[in-house]
Amino acid sequence: MNRRLLGLLALALVPVVVLGVFFVLPVSGMLALGLRPDGVLDPGAVVEVLTRSRTGRVLGFTLWSAAAATACAVVLGLPAAYVLHRTTFPLRRVLRAALLVPFVLPTVVVGVAFRQLLRDGGPLGVLGLDGTPVAIVLGLVFFNVAVVVRVVGGAWEALDGRAGQAAATLGASPAQVFRTVTVPALRPAIVSAATVVFLFCATAFGIVLTLGGTRYATVETEIYLLTVQVFDLPAAAALSILQLVVVVGLLVLAQRARAVAPVPRAPARPRRLGRSDGVPVAVTLLLLAFVAIPIGSLVAGSLRVDDGWSLANYAALGTTGDREALQVTVTQALANSLRTAVDATWMAVGTGLLVAVVVTRRSRTAAERRVRGALDGFFMLPLGVSAVTLGFGLLITLDEPPLDLRDSPLLVPVAQALVALPLVVRTLVPVLSGIDDRQRQAAASLGAGPLRSVLTVDLPVLWKPLLAGAGFAFAASLGEFGATSFLAREDFPTLPLVIFRLLGHPGELNYGMALAASVLLASTTAVVMLLVERLRVASVGAF
Amino acid sequence: MKRLLLVVLPLALASGGCSLIGTGEGQSAAPEPEPGASPGTVVLVTHESFALPKKLLRQFEDESGLDLEVRAAGDAGELTTKLAVTSDHPIGDAAFGVDNTFASRALDEDVFDSLDVALPAGVEEYVVPADGGERLAPVDVGHVCVNVDTTWFAERDLAPPASLDDLADPAYEGLFVTPSALSSSPGLAFLLTTVAAYGDQWPAYWEDLLANDTLIVDGWTDAYYGDFTQGGEGGERPVVLSYDSSPAFTVPKGSDRSSTAALLDTCSRQVEYAGVLAGAANPDGARQLVEFLLSPEVQAALPTSMYVFPVRDDVELPDDWAEFAEQPADPYVVDPDEIAANRDTWLQEWRDLVTR
Repeated sequence: MNRRLLGLLALALVPVVVLGVFFVLPVSGMLALGLRPDGVLDPGAVVEVLTRSRTGRVLGFTLWSAAAATACAVVLGLPAAYVLHRTTFPLRRVLRAALLVPFVLPTVVVGVAFRQLLRDGGPLGVLGLDGTPVAIVLGLVFFNVAVVVRVVGGAWEALDGRAGQAAATLGASPAQVFRTVTVPALRPAIVSAATVVFLFCATAFGIVLTLGGTRYATVETEIYLLTVQVFDLPAAAALSILQLVVVVGLLVLAQRARAVAPVPRAPARPRRLGRSDGVPVAVTLLLLAFVAIPIGSLVAGSLRVDDGWSLANYAALGTTGDREALQVTVTQALANSLRTAVDATWMAVGTGLLVAVVVTRRSRTAAERRVRGALDGFFMLPLGVSAVTLGFGLLITLDEPPLDLRDSPLLVPVAQALVALPLVVRTLVPVLSGIDDRQRQAAASLGAGPLRSVLTVDLPVLWKPLLAGAGFAFAASLGEFGATSFLAREDFPTLPLVIFRLLGHPGELNYGMALAASVLLASTTAVVMLLVERLRVASVGAF
Repeated sequence: MKRLLLVVLPLALASGGCSLIGTGEGQSAAPEPEPGASPGTVVLVTHESFALPKKLLRQFEDESGLDLEVRAAGDAGELTTKLAVTSDHPIGDAAFGVDNTFASRALDEDVFDSLDVALPAGVEEYVVPADGGERLAPVDVGHVCVNVDTTWFAERDLAPPASLDDLADPAYEGLFVTPSALSSSPGLAFLLTTVAAYGDQWPAYWEDLLANDTLIVDGWTDAYYGDFTQGGEGGERPVVLSYDSSPAFTVPKGSDRSSTAALLDTCSRQVEYAGVLAGAANPDGARQLVEFLLSPEVQAALPTSMYVFPVRDDVELPDDWAEFAEQPADPYVVDPDEIAANRDTWLQEWRDLVTR
């Protein structure tokens, strides 16, 4: 053990402890409760559940729908990442911010908007997609395509354009440059984004139920069913283990696919859109339309009152709804959401930065590399494990001192930070691993201390992705529903919880308010994203 | 350089801030007393639909000298599951919201302590038979009923359906939408209605329903707001599964008639219970809380706050309820013990029927 390794271990300590307490402990507690109901391990029960033919079908559908949605998200997201992050045109920043909006919208609201379009008699009813797996996949793409645009766009922005220019000078066509220069350089970012999207899709809950009309079960919906409706904890534990095994396998594969030699980076100046950009522009427009239509119908719905147009639903956001449907006003809930999101963001960015630094430093031995690889995957796990298992686990494990935390107000931001953490890490890692270690060595040999070398070598490159990651974490926290609904306290509900509550109460005003509150959530997210974008631009000149 | 500070400062704060987690210091909200730490606090665990006027809750605090803390999250199923897995270290002192479909799970897992609370008149009718009001006190009652859009049928000069049989009648093909029994508690209640009505023949009835193009959606919200013609989102189905109280919410402005009606021959009963959690830090406070929920003031507030009927027979209903929300005289009731014994089988059979 030398000082360098000890230093890295120290950096890794905080994130590992956080994840250990708030993730590993609860999940293993819940699994133990299921597997050893009477203190005795019963492997037979696990095998019995795993060999049911239904389990195979459920797993198959989960993998198929997640894979299909991931593929679509990448195909649509790559051209958009290029257009929105590599070229310049008016409103570019507005569009970038707008594309993140679906990511925070409540699934119930989007589900209703989608079904309105797809059902018989709806504008897209002729396609006959209502209640089909295709509708589920479309819904998953709608929610997650922003991940591809953000993660790949961030890496693309920081990509040195000179290799491509050299190839072009030597006679390569734009397609050849893309295939032989750009894609290999972007591969880590693409794989990163695809991994995150896949995990989000494979554990999606609300959208599968809403758009599939409960006809299609995924591993996640099945775990919920077994835990809450049937109370068959051994079977739920068996499925959770299956989920874990599949996710770990996927992460190992992703790690292999991601590993590449560092690519030198020098942020290129975005260029004007040209004639050669026809295809990416067309795909981007298609994507924007795909995202805009459900949002448009949501906005229209929020403005309709009694068959006329009115702002009454918005005016009511300062109230607690028809017949006091809520405990707090919608605007108070927005304030709660913002406060929680600020906390979740600093937690996610702080830990995410530490994780990214630890996993991207160059390993000197094979063992060291494996440890780093394992750590990297470890922090992705929260995305791939059932929120139901984690939620109930938190209640049964964090119940005794010194970890009597289940009533702590910190629990909600921590849970949201766990979801946001992989987004931060995946945004930072491709960029950090692209920094040639020799630059740091050069800085050191010129007399720079470790801090100075971080400030002059890492930070200039890292700064933009870091802000992007923070914005992303903020958005993820604003829109988080699953863990929050489980943990939030009555007197401190967030905006998504309030929307859900309004939707569950009768009364036309409550429904209208829920739509208006969703628009409020969406526009808040867009404004925050725009501010982050502005900050990014202002900062570039500083270096 | 100032800009550089802008970068470094948040980072330093962020990494420093992480250590807060270890010490459990709250950051996002006002400091909160540890549960059970103060004998003057009573914690009520409930589901997300819990609501009572703030004035009443303050009145309870003033009269009992206790601080009331309400922890409301999830639906009745999640609530019961939470209580069941934490029965060793209860997450509060009293619980409200376990309903008759989940009561047996809570009783089996020894979630509740004995009540020692005298039940007011009219309440006996609703106790869990196996428990007899020993541990679970009935607090409110509601009915899950098929609702129809009376305007829609009037416009077409068509008689609306009236019974469960009618829903399977080809004359009403493609008109009915219901939430799934797998993911929605009214959906499950409707499955129980059909079990109570048709006995062993319920799967055949569901086959008829499906053959009559019945739409099954995820939850009550999707069904009522998304697909029901009176739901506001341009839905196309005039028959929906909802509650006996729903017609009170669809009275158009300036009208003295509701545009929807509940079919009172298609209802099943949902009762919600309260109890004292075994191992509670403040069992006396919990008992006072249960008594408070049974008090005439709270019982009278139930319709406007939670859209359910009181269990006491000596409280008055709000005017619009008395007028538009009619309770079925003879709803279907399935014994909780029977539900406990068969829920799993019924749900699986139903799932196989509707997913094919």
